[in-house]
Amino acid sequence: MDTRGKSQVFLRTDVHVQPMTAYTATVTVRLKQGVLDPEAETTKQALERLGFELSELRSADRFEIDLDAQSAEDARERADEMAERLLANPTIHDYDVGVDER
Amino acid sequence: MTVSVIRFGGSNCDRDAIRALDHLDIDAEIVWHEDGLPEGTEGIVLPGGFSYGDYLRAGAMAARSPIMEDVRAAAKSGTPVLGVCNGAQIGSESSLTAGAFTTNESARFQCEHVYLRVENADTPWTEDYEEGDVIEIPIAHGEGRFEITDDRLDDLRETDRVLFRYCDEEGNVTAEANPNGSKDNIAGILGEDDNVAVLMPHPERATLPDVGATDGQGVLQGFSAD
Repeated sequence: MDTRGKSQVFLRTDVHVQPMTAYTATVTVRLKQGVLDPEAETTKQALERLGFELSELRSADRFEIDLDAQSAEDARERADEMAERLLANPTIHDYDVGVDER
Repeated sequence: MTVSVIRFGGSNCDRDAIRALDHLDIDAEIVWHEDGLPEGTEGIVLPGGFSYGDYLRAGAMAARSPIMEDVRAAAKSGTPVLGVCNGAQIGSESSLTAGAFTTNESARFQCEHVYLRVENADTPWTEDYEEGDVIEIPIAHGEGRFEITDDRLDDLRETDRVLFRYCDEEGNVTAEANPNGSKDNIAGILGEDDNVAVLMPHPERATLPDVGATDGQGVLQGFSAD
């Protein structure tokens, strides 16, 4: 008896597919400590002109990246690589990555 | 010698570069970045401008354009590569040269003539000058402040890869003569090898006698065949 057709069907249903989960990875890019931030300084001065009292102001860029991944760790790794390769410049920036289910 | 002047979306000093090179009898053509580097390219200019609107960081997008892989390979094989202004930012963003160019200390766009001291005259880009010469070349940038980690700065100095420092008319490298807060007054540097150089000032705007000073000619002579 030819059972090849059946066994193929059987195998196909047996394939283990890792479910994908929707995540938002948040990459925050900041200037390294000690690197001058003229835009933050100008913003601080403008706030002071408006009458606010403050001792320091730091600015940062935040990127929110929606992606589907097999695990939070996988989503984090991918966002990490995005930061390494484009979003941050290692000469002047530090960055951190947060991952939340969406 | 055919020099490819690579035009990205938002480049705006590409034609200036062509005219300046033409004035020096150096054959050059504009190359659209999506067309890739032409066969027979014997020199490369990354021109000034505002590629991709300076999104993210000046030069960041252009540095990830596929043609930059060709440029890096050509640089490695000894092809002369010069990055000017936005081209310098693209050069550092693509690791052709060390450090980064970021927001001016003034947080303003600055367009003015500056003086540069030639720090190393033993390179293709500076052999028309003497070490210690003072040249006058314009700048026009908002993100020209050279930043680099201390250990890499030491490395640049020790390997004599600083090409130009901002100085006063007499050649004194002072804080007052530093237009943008660049570390160690650095205006231009070499890459790992002498055939790659980047600088924020515009030598192509100081080349044509009709528009004033011609102190920038020596830099572009880095492409001449001799």
